[in-house]
Amino acid sequence: MLDESLIQALIGGLIIGVSASILILLSGRIAGISGILNGALFNSGDRLWRILFLGGLLFGGFLCHLFTGKPSPELAINSPWLAIAGGLIVGYGVRLGSGCTSGHGICGIARLSKRSIAATLCFIASGMTTVALIKMIGAVI
Amino acid sequence: MKHHLSALLAGVLFGFGLAYSGMTDTHKVLGFLDIFGDWDYDLAFVMAGALAVSIFSFRLMRNRKFSFIECPIDLPNNQVIDRKLLSGSAIFGIGWGLFGYCPGPALTALIYLEPNTILFVLSMVAGITIHRFLQPLKPVS
Repeated sequence: MLDESLIQALIGGLIIGVSASILILLSGRIAGISGILNGALFNSGDRLWRILFLGGLLFGGFLCHLFTGKPSPELAINSPWLAIAGGLIVGYGVRLGSGCTSGHGICGIARLSKRSIAATLCFIASGMTTVALIKMIGAVI
Repeated sequence: MKHHLSALLAGVLFGFGLAYSGMTDTHKVLGFLDIFGDWDYDLAFVMAGALAVSIFSFRLMRNRKFSFIECPIDLPNNQVIDRKLLSGSAIFGIGWGLFGYCPGPALTALIYLEPNTILFVLSMVAGITIHRFLQPLKPVS
């Protein structure tokens, strides 16, 4: 039996696929969030489309909860220290690796880029190892 | 003008898809990364759904120089899998596993107004900025 959250994941994924398609078919750009955020922060020449995309990202999430009635999720880890550490590491890592889950994991793999396939395998493996290590440390303490 | 509208529409759809799929729920994300524990594989279907649509769009645009509204197609042409790509992606994965957010969902999740999510996003911007100023000569593309 297919449960509801799996179907939501699939439908959400299809919508994200439509979004990435609109951006490449019309704007000619890759829907890589970390790259768009970096450009919005530091590329003064071509900032507006990036700011509109990022604003849309928040507004779209708001519309989703408004129209589907899906409850707002609570944080699994509600620690300010882990939020700061996680944020710093994610921000630095995505720029060093030239992309994140959207740019490499979706757009890059969709264009069959070897770099993006390697990057995606790398951050998924690293994320899985991190979660396993944290659980191990938690079990010991 | 048109490409600004398409960026806004793509952003709204992307944010809707992230919230609907469960990517803004760190319980779901950490459950997906917990492959050695009680693995929640739902979020694999987000990527599957997104790829099922976007793979055709990127294939269509592969040899085009301009989009359907005459914007230049901006695709990376780097093919080299180097240490920077892999170490950056591995670092990103650590932060992803620590808190449960990658850049897109973190931005969309700002709408929940959780202090630690806001802290995560500010730290992520700080991480991007640190990377930026460690390589002062590289222009943003």
